[in-house]
Amino acid sequence: MPHLAIDNLNADYGATPILRDVDLSVERGEIVAIIGPSGSGKSTLLRVLTGLLKPRSGRVEIAGEVVNYTSAAALRKVRDRFAIVFQQYNLFQNMTALRNVTIAPTIVKKRNAAEVEREARALLEKVGLSHRIDAYPDEMSGGQQQRVAIARALALKPEILLLDEVTSALDPELVAEVLDTIRTLASEGMTMLIVSHEMAFVREVATKVVFMADGRIVEVGPPAQIFDAPQTERCAEFVRRILRH
Amino acid sequence: MAALIEEAGRFYSYYNLIYLGKAFLFTILLSFAGCGIGFVLGAGLAVMRHPRIVSFAPLRWFALLYVELFRRIPFLVLLMVVFFAFQLAGADVTMFTVAATTVALSASAFSAENVRAGLESIHPNQWDAAEAMNMGGLTALRRVVLPQSWRVIIPPSMTYSVGLVKATSIASQIGVLELTYAAKILNQKGFSAALCFGTILVLYFCLCYPLNLFATSLEKRLAPSRNR
Ligand SMILES: Nc1ncnc2c1ncn2[C@@H]1O[C@H](COP(=O)(O)OP(=O)(O)OP(=O)(O)O)[C@@H](O)[C@H]1O
Ligand SMILES: [Mg+2]
Repeated sequence: MPHLAIDNLNADYGATPILRDVDLSVERGEIVAIIGPSGSGKSTLLRVLTGLLKPRSGRVEIAGEVVNYTSAAALRKVRDRFAIVFQQYNLFQNMTALRNVTIAPTIVKKRNAAEVEREARALLEKVGLSHRIDAYPDEMSGGQQQRVAIARALALKPEILLLDEVTSALDPELVAEVLDTIRTLASEGMTMLIVSHEMAFVREVATKVVFMADGRIVEVGPPAQIFDAPQTERCAEFVRRILRH
Repeated sequence: MAALIEEAGRFYSYYNLIYLGKAFLFTILLSFAGCGIGFVLGAGLAVMRHPRIVSFAPLRWFALLYVELFRRIPFLVLLMVVFFAFQLAGADVTMFTVAATTVALSASAFSAENVRAGLESIHPNQWDAAEAMNMGGLTALRRVVLPQSWRVIIPPSMTYSVGLVKATSIASQIGVLELTYAAKILNQKGFSAALCFGTILVLYFCLCYPLNLFATSLEKRLAPSRNR
């Protein structure tokens, strides 16, 4: 049984259709990379999965359970299983790095504060930020904010981690760090959907690459297929373009 | 001039000073109680109007209607409406209560707008992050959005409050003992208008100027910490 099954998903912003007939199946522990031109709906797909945008039609199943996005109670259960790192990080501007990481586990999950803080410090150290734990988001660089956002998501201990362009603002050493973290998590059975155009990164970690264009999934395959032998003209052209950069 | 000084001796009698002091106190009470209650009501209305907190649309429409209505009624007219509403309801209340209710109603509508503007100044991605972590609307408001909104909410609220102190003078129209009413009464008793109104002018200034200073210092303190 797939860990995450997306079936014929459609979603709109107002009257504009954004996601069209999206089908995707993800096994437990898989790392799925999502690539595609700007505006193709990658972020929107992640928003729909976490219930921030209601789908118009279609079905999402987690471990065989159909997700009901219209019920508040069901939505709470789903959100417990997902954690998302937003493209714009979306850190709480009024909180330090440490507080950003500890707030949800303490306030929402009502876990022991001391234990949560210990874990949070460890996570922030893992992403190379132990010296910045008391900094506010507007005092940190983009890459630093992004790493806080990653630590914040991991502190929630999600089953499925959604990462939106997480490597774009990181320098090469940190990409290696984050990559390591991601691989470890995957080996522990965490499932991941990662929007990333970092070719080396995707080749290295992804078990499957999804190419999206105009709100549709155009091609799905292992990294070798997508990057070296794409089956569709759309995908081939996109890959050629990003490889040139 | 000499006559004025001679009159001042009689004007600032023990009895008149007590009377003015009481009036001053009532002006302060009327302003602060009205503003305080009004602000709390207004904040509630702003929260009710916020689609990320309240999903029940009729509640949002009610808040919208309330705010738009009460913001547009002149203070004096509202005072009369409240006065007659209490009479119609057969409630035996003091004129002070009528005036305080009017101030609170008026302040609630304006505060609601100030608070709404503050909440809307916060980027929606803050709500998104909170929501994705399963924080409820009110928790997100209290922990994330409101702490960032104060710097937008407070300056106009302070300015408005100072304006309201001045507007309470209208309560003299229904015979509430506050500064303006006291001046009118003393004037009718034969004291010169220069002394009566000159005195309350100084008292209004003594009340409003520190408030203005406080507002300015608060604004300065809020400004550098842009987001906190
Ligand atoms: N809040 C919104 N309201 C209306 N339209 C939106 C909104 N957010 C995104 N869109 C539109 O939805 C489409 C998909 O956007 P989305 O952010 O999912 O793209 P993306 O693939 O993540 O792009 P990028 O690589 O630039 O991040 C775009 O055409 C965008 O203009
Ligand atoms: Mg995006």
